[in-house]
Amino acid sequence: MNALVVDDSRAMRQIIGRILKGLGFEVIEAGDGREALARLAEVPEVDLAMVDWNMPVMNGIDLIRALREDPTLGRVRVMMVTTESDISRVAEALGAGADEFVMKPFTTDMILEKLQMLGIETVKTT
Amino acid sequence: MPAATATSLSAADFDFVRRLVLDKSSIVINPDQSYLVETRLAGMARREGFASIGQLLAGIRDGTARQFQVRVVEAMTTNETSFFRDHHPYEALREHIIPDLMRKRASVRKLTIWCAACSTGQEPYSLAMLLRQHFPALSGWQVDIHATDLAVEILDRARRGRFSQLEVNRGLPAALLVKYFTKEGAEWQIKDEIRSAVRFEPLNLTSSWRAFPPLDLILLRNVLIYFDVSVKKQILTRMRGVMQRDGYLMLGGAETTFNLDDGYERVEFGRYACYRPRSGQPAATSPPNQVGVRL
Ligand SMILES: C[S@@+](CC[C@H](N)C(=O)[O-])C[C@H]1O[C@@H](n2cnc3c(N)ncnc32)[C@H](O)[C@@H]1O
Ligand SMILES: [Mg+2]
Repeated sequence: MNALVVDDSRAMRQIIGRILKGLGFEVIEAGDGREALARLAEVPEVDLAMVDWNMPVMNGIDLIRALREDPTLGRVRVMMVTTESDISRVAEALGAGADEFVMKPFTTDMILEKLQMLGIETVKTT
Repeated sequence: MPAATATSLSAADFDFVRRLVLDKSSIVINPDQSYLVETRLAGMARREGFASIGQLLAGIRDGTARQFQVRVVEAMTTNETSFFRDHHPYEALREHIIPDLMRKRASVRKLTIWCAACSTGQEPYSLAMLLRQHFPALSGWQVDIHATDLAVEILDRARRGRFSQLEVNRGLPAALLVKYFTKEGAEWQIKDEIRSAVRFEPLNLTSSWRAFPPLDLILLRNVLIYFDVSVKKQILTRMRGVMQRDGYLMLGGAETTFNLDDGYERVEFGRYACYRPRSGQPAATSPPNQVGVRL
């Protein structure tokens, strides 16, 4: 399975990437929304996108809207992973098409549980 | 033997705590868990102005700090829990167990549920949200969710229904967070429509139980693991006595009735298994004056 990790913080991409690799994902990274759309165009069979909210160039919410408008990307499950934590923000992300929402800081187990909710069964290998 | 410091525990004190906790809650503390007692009691001793754990325990023994006895027992409970813990049990509830019970109770339109070690409330609240979200037809039913625990301070938290960001980040679908919570400062308050669907009250599983109406569904999850075999057996047998013969018992992932009480049969739903009384077992008997009593 392929996962795309979109975050403007390299450290955060590494943390999330390491968790997903431990679960058996192939991980690709992008530093903002526009770069993420470019990656998605190159690697069409992405199963999961972990998307930060606040990023330069194109933010996460705009990325999710763009992604949901593209019928060829219908299979991508989207999880927003962000420091945003107001209820209106969670609602906005879901409205834009996010499947789940994780507030930073998070633990590996939280990510695991959220993936399970999306019907993505993973086996912890680390 | 090295002398006990403020946060360490003498062998005699450790033994005293083990016996007190076993006596009051049936929770078994293993001989190698001295560190656990130390970490759990050090904070309490300090906060309450004792020079050491030893002094706190001496006060409990000689009666001058009697009031802390219950608190020591409660401090030794493990209250780890989360919304929709383990995921699969809730799938089984949504897809099989609740639909089955609704068919069976269609004429009486009544469901009685007991969360028998509810900790800080995530379990009964998850159940209440699940019923509300997926079974709108139940709005015309009498649905009672009784939630009990040994630890009174924990129950106060449960009743308040206020959770930290870390707690709502675990296991709770974002859609339910938006629908059933409000944010107050840095915390999340569960809405009254869910809060009021659960009745919390103290109950020690190893003492006498108050009479419940016959139970359709019992969640007894992640608590038997703390007891020894004879206590597990007793509780499972008593549970069978208070549930409907076609009711369900849900245990934690590491728990089973197997080799403890063969009056149950295992029922598998996908990746989850629960239990129900084997046919031929006596049905729950509930004292007539207690039927339908509400908390
Ligand atoms: C690990 S929590 C389980 C919470 C929840 N059922 C779950 O599975 O997430 C165990 C709970 O059992 C409670 N407990 C321990 N001994 C008990 C007893 N003798 N009677 C009632 N509750 C007890 C503890 O206070 C604690 O809240
Ligand atoms: Mg950012």
